[in-house]
Amino acid sequence: MERLPKWADLVLVPLVSLLLAAIIAALVIIAIGQDPWEAITVMVQGSLMDGYGWGYTLYYATSFMFTGLAVTLAFHASLFNIGGEGQAQLGGLGVALACLFLPWPHWTLALLGATLAAALFGAAWAAVPAYLQAKRGSHIVITTIMFNYIASALLIFLLVDVLRPDGQMDPATANFPEATALPTLNQLPLFNLFFTSKVPANITLLIALAAAVGVWALLWRTRLGYSIRAFGKSEDAAKYAGINPFRITMIAMLLSGALAGMMAINNVMGEAGRLLQNSASGAGFIGIAVALMGRNHPLGVVLASILFGFLFQGGAELGMWTKIPIEMRVVVQGLVILFTGALDVMVRMMLTRIFAAFRGGKAAKGAV
Amino acid sequence: MAQGGYAIELRGISKAFGPVQANRDISVAVPKGTIHGIIGENGAGKSTLMSILYGFYRADSGEILINGTPTAIPDSQSAIRAGIGMVFQHFKLVQNFTVLENVILGAEEGAMLAGSLSKARKVLGDLSREYELDVDPDAVIEDLSVGHQQRVEILKALYRQADILILDEPTGVLTPAEADHLFRILRGLRDQGKTVILITHKLREIMETTDNVSVMRRGTMVGTVKTAETSPEELAELMVGRKVLLEVEKAPATVGRTVLSVENLSVTDEHGVIRLKGVSFEIKAGEILGIAGVAGNGQSELLEALGGIARATGRVTLNGAELPLSGAGADGRSRRAAGVAHVPEDRQHLGLIMDFAAWENVAFGYHDAPEYQKNALFMDNDALRADTARKMERFDVRPPIPTLPAKSFSGGNQQKIVVAREIERNPDLLLIGQPTRGVDIGAIEFIHKQIVALRDAGKAILLVSVELDEIRSLSDRIAVMFDGKIMGFRDPETTDERELGLLMAGMTGKGEAA
Repeated sequence: MERLPKWADLVLVPLVSLLLAAIIAALVIIAIGQDPWEAITVMVQGSLMDGYGWGYTLYYATSFMFTGLAVTLAFHASLFNIGGEGQAQLGGLGVALACLFLPWPHWTLALLGATLAAALFGAAWAAVPAYLQAKRGSHIVITTIMFNYIASALLIFLLVDVLRPDGQMDPATANFPEATALPTLNQLPLFNLFFTSKVPANITLLIALAAAVGVWALLWRTRLGYSIRAFGKSEDAAKYAGINPFRITMIAMLLSGALAGMMAINNVMGEAGRLLQNSASGAGFIGIAVALMGRNHPLGVVLASILFGFLFQGGAELGMWTKIPIEMRVVVQGLVILFTGALDVMVRMMLTRIFAAFRGGKAAKGAV
Repeated sequence: MAQGGYAIELRGISKAFGPVQANRDISVAVPKGTIHGIIGENGAGKSTLMSILYGFYRADSGEILINGTPTAIPDSQSAIRAGIGMVFQHFKLVQNFTVLENVILGAEEGAMLAGSLSKARKVLGDLSREYELDVDPDAVIEDLSVGHQQRVEILKALYRQADILILDEPTGVLTPAEADHLFRILRGLRDQGKTVILITHKLREIMETTDNVSVMRRGTMVGTVKTAETSPEELAELMVGRKVLLEVEKAPATVGRTVLSVENLSVTDEHGVIRLKGVSFEIKAGEILGIAGVAGNGQSELLEALGGIARATGRVTLNGAELPLSGAGADGRSRRAAGVAHVPEDRQHLGLIMDFAAWENVAFGYHDAPEYQKNALFMDNDALRADTARKMERFDVRPPIPTLPAKSFSGGNQQKIVVAREIERNPDLLLIGQPTRGVDIGAIEFIHKQIVALRDAGKAILLVSVELDEIRSLSDRIAVMFDGKIMGFRDPETTDERELGLLMAGMTGKGEAA
C-alpha cells in the first residue's frame, strides 16, 4: 500500500478538502444568482483584513478552541463527547453564579474564580454520562446528546423563573458587576497596537492557547495522558496493563467537560457580561468539527478554530453587506465539515493515487 | 515424476508491495498426486505465493501452468474453475448455517435451493465415505468442533471439484489426534489422485506427511527436496539461512521453595459459563510448569486470573503472600508490583498497543515505574527511549528503532519487545502464553533461551502453549488441561505424545472419559 508523505497528509489533505468545499460553496452561490467572488472578498475583508475583523474571528475561535479541545481529549480515551454544547451552557451558569453572587475586588480574581466555576459546572454535567458509560455501558454519544437537551431546558427554567431580575423582559440574568469585566484585546498592552477599536476577543484567548498547550502536555507527556491514550486504543490491553477503565473514563470525561465549560468565560463573562438563553450558540457542536479537522491534536484544533472563526465572522459579514442570506454561512460550514471531516478519506485516497502515479513516473524515467 | 506431469507449475513469479519484494522470481513444480509442503518463516512469502495462485493478488511477472496449460488466474472464481481449492487458516464459514448450506454457498444452481441441497447431500455422502470426511450435513457450524469445521472447508473445496487442494497452516487449531486424522484424509485424497499443497511452519508435519517440500526464505525459493531425502535440521537451516538448534538446551532443574501456590482456582466468564473449574497446583523457584491443552480449555482464563485481568475465586499465594482474586488489588498493576510478569497469549490484542511506538510499548504496564518519571508531573520519555534502545539491542529486536510503531514490526520482533519488557523486570513469577505463536524459527530459539535463563536464575515460570513440542522441550513438569480442569501432571521425560494427546482430549490414561 502506497503512503502519503507526512507533510502532504498534514497540510495538503486539509487544504485540498477546503478547496473542494470552497468550489462547491461557490457553485451554490452561483445557483442562487449571486457572485461567489464578491462573497469571498466580503468574507475575507470583514474577518481577516483589519484588527476589527480579527477581533471577531478570534473571539469565535476562542470558544471553538475550548470545545474542540474538549472533544479531542475525550476522543483520545475513545469517548465521543457530543455534549460540549450542554457542558458549555452549564459552564455559563457557573460563570454567572460566580460573577453575580461573589464579591470580586478585581477582574483577575474574578477570572480565576469564574474559570474554576465554569470548569466545575462543565465537568459536573459530563460526570453523569461518564458514570453511566463506565459503570453501566450506556453509550456516551446517546447520553451526552440527551444531556444537551436537559441543559437547555434547565437553563431556560433558571433564566425565566429564578435568575431573571424582576421587571426584566428577556430571559437572562442581571448584568455582571463592573469588576468582573474582562479586558478585551484592544485593552491589553501590545495587543492594542493591532486591535485599535473595541473588539469582543478578550484575554480568554490566551487561556485557550494555554489550555491547548496543557492538553498536549497532558496527553503526550504525563502518565495520565499515557493511560488515557492506551485505554483509548484498546480497553482490553489497558486492563492487562493495570489501567483502571472506570477511572480513565471518569477522568477523561470530567476534563473534557471542564474544557467545554471553560468556553463560558469567553462568551458569557468576556463578551455578554450576563448569562443569556442558548449562550453556547452551537459552539459545542462546532467543537466536534474542529477536533475532526484538527486531527485531534491541540495544534490542529487551534488552527481549525481560527478557520471556523473566519467562517463565522465572514458569514456574518455576508449577511450584512451582500444579498446572500446569512444562512449561507451554515451551508459553507456544513461543506467544510463534510469535506474535512467526512470526506477526508476520499481526498486522501485521491492524493495518494496522484502521488503514487507521480512517483511511478519518476521511477520509470529513472530506469530509462 | 509421478503419474503424468505436474498439477501446478509456477515459473518466475514475482510480486512487490511498494518497496517490499514479497516474491522474487519463484519457480516451483508440484507433481500430480503428491502432497507438497511449502515451508518458511513468517514473511517468507508463502501466503503471498498462495494468494497469487488463488487469484487474490496478481503477480507482477511470471507464469502459472495448471496441468501443463498456462492459465491466467485474475480472481478466485477462475482459481476454482481451474480446479484449485483453498482451506484458509481462519475458516470462512457462516456460523449459523448448516454444513450443507455452507457447502453449497456460492455454488447454488438456480434460484431455488432444494435441488442443490439434495444434490449436495448425495455428493457429501459419497465424499465422506471415500475420504473419512464424516460430518453430519445438517449440523449447524457453530455446534461443530474446530476439527469438524475444517473438514467442512475441505468438503466445500471438493464439492467444487477441486483437484488441487491448498491448506494454509491447517493444524494450528487441532489436537494431535485431530491433526493425525487430517493427515489421514490428505493421504487418502492423494491416493485418489488429488494434489495437496500444505503450508506450514511445523517441521514435524512436513516430515510425516509430504512427498516433496519447498523451502522459502525472504521472498525467494531456496530449494525443493524430496522429503525422504532430507532432515528437519536441514530444512530449518534452509529456512533460516544458518544452523538452528531445534532442541532446547537446558540443564536439569534445581528447584527451590514454592513460589506460586494455586488452590481451587475458578473463573466464570461474563456469560456465566464456568471456564476454569477449580484447578490447584504449585510452581517452585527454578521450575517451568507447562500447561498443555487444546486452545479454549481454560488456559487463557488461568493466565488472566493470575495476571489480575479476570475475576476469579479460590486461593493464590505468591511467596506466601495471598494475591487478591477480585476487588481491590486484583489488577495488572498490583500483580506487577507483587513480582508477577505476564506475557499474554495474544500480544497484538493485549500485550501491545499496535499504534504506539516501541518505546511507548516498553512502558506499557510499567508506566508508573519511578525510572520512567522525570518528576511528579511528567514522564521521562528520553530515558524511556534510551531504555528501549538498550532492550532492543539485548533482545536483538529488528529494526532497533524505538520510535517505530509496534505494528511495523514482524510478529517475532513484536514478541521480543513484550518478552524483553516482562523478563527484564526480573519477576519472581513469569506467566507466559503462546511465547512463540507466529514467531520465526530463529526468534523461537532466542525466546526459549530467555525463558530457560530466567528459570536458571531461580524464577518460577508458568508456560501455556498449544504447541506440544514446545511444552515438552521447555517444561520441567507438564499439566494437561481439558474443559477447565487439570487432567493430570506428567514428567516430560517419561510421558509421550500419545499419552498427552489422550489427556488433552479428556481421556485419562486408561482410556475412559473424564
